[in-house]
Amino acid sequence: MKPNLILHVIAKFLIPLIILFALYVQFHGDFGPGGGFQAGVIFSAAIILYSLVFGLESGEKIIPHHWLRILASLGVVIYAGVGIESLFLGGNYLDYTILGSNQIAGQHLGILLVELGVGITVAAAMLILFFAFAGRGRE
Amino acid sequence: MFDVVVDIVLLTFLATTSVAIMRMTNLFAIVMLFGIFSLLSAGLFVVMDAPDVAFTEAAVGAGISTVLMLTTLALVKRSKAPYYDEAPKIHTAWLPLIVVIVTGSALIYGTWDIPNFGSADAPSQTHVARFYLENSLPDTGVPNTVTAVLASYRGFDTLGEVTVIFTAAVAVMLLIGGKRPKSAPKTEDEEAQDEA
Repeated sequence: MKPNLILHVIAKFLIPLIILFALYVQFHGDFGPGGGFQAGVIFSAAIILYSLVFGLESGEKIIPHHWLRILASLGVVIYAGVGIESLFLGGNYLDYTILGSNQIAGQHLGILLVELGVGITVAAAMLILFFAFAGRGRE
Repeated sequence: MFDVVVDIVLLTFLATTSVAIMRMTNLFAIVMLFGIFSLLSAGLFVVMDAPDVAFTEAAVGAGISTVLMLTTLALVKRSKAPYYDEAPKIHTAWLPLIVVIVTGSALIYGTWDIPNFGSADAPSQTHVARFYLENSLPDTGVPNTVTAVLASYRGFDTLGEVTVIFTAAVAVMLLIGGKRPKSAPKTEDEEAQDEA
């Protein structure tokens, strides 16, 4: 890929902001618009932008393939694990109230963990899709 | 008043983009216009006070799917002439025109029964929406009702959605991922040699 100074400078300036915004959408989703799904997509967009500008190999160095597979599964495990944890504590499956000292605290913790699981799985899945499609072009 | 102006501007752009997509034959330009179409839709969702949907539309519709379509476009061979010049013409334009007019009229007829935007007695406002709006804050302590419904009241649905996304990633990996190009292990060896 031909190096392009303007693209490189702008991408380096934008990527930290995009990742920061993704984290804001992830952890502020309870209070404002957003949530795990949107945050995951925005986070993966930052990595995809990096791969598009600096080359696919550099992008794959940030997050190797086997990490992506583990992360995609980890998100689902976190989500389902919150449900199983509430089962062990004597509640219903995915009943967050039992997780905390009172209902509000339990619900808050449960929603935060569940959204985190969604975000991790979505970000990893989007990157798997992108690398699978873009990786074919090199063959 | 301001909302109406923004609506009209966005919808005009949306219609222009659709016509341009239909008339164009350059696939790269069409993919770019798809992205613009999604961005305009996201703008419309913001005007209709649905920032959560707008977020998703802007990130997935304008961002990820545009990139995926571009990478697909890089893989497939581009023919110089549009495909419909090569294909034999087996029917006239009348059949598609009639089908489009009938379908379009049926859809427009269907909109007559749709309640007005934001109307209080619309079916979507009269069933569970009222319960969620009144109880989500005392129940969960989460000010964003969308998040409360998505993660708490409808936690099972969201678990299913996450599993669907995970399954999609697994399916893509099985179909077109996995197999690395034959030159990749060599370059790794070369890197190891360079380092040593």
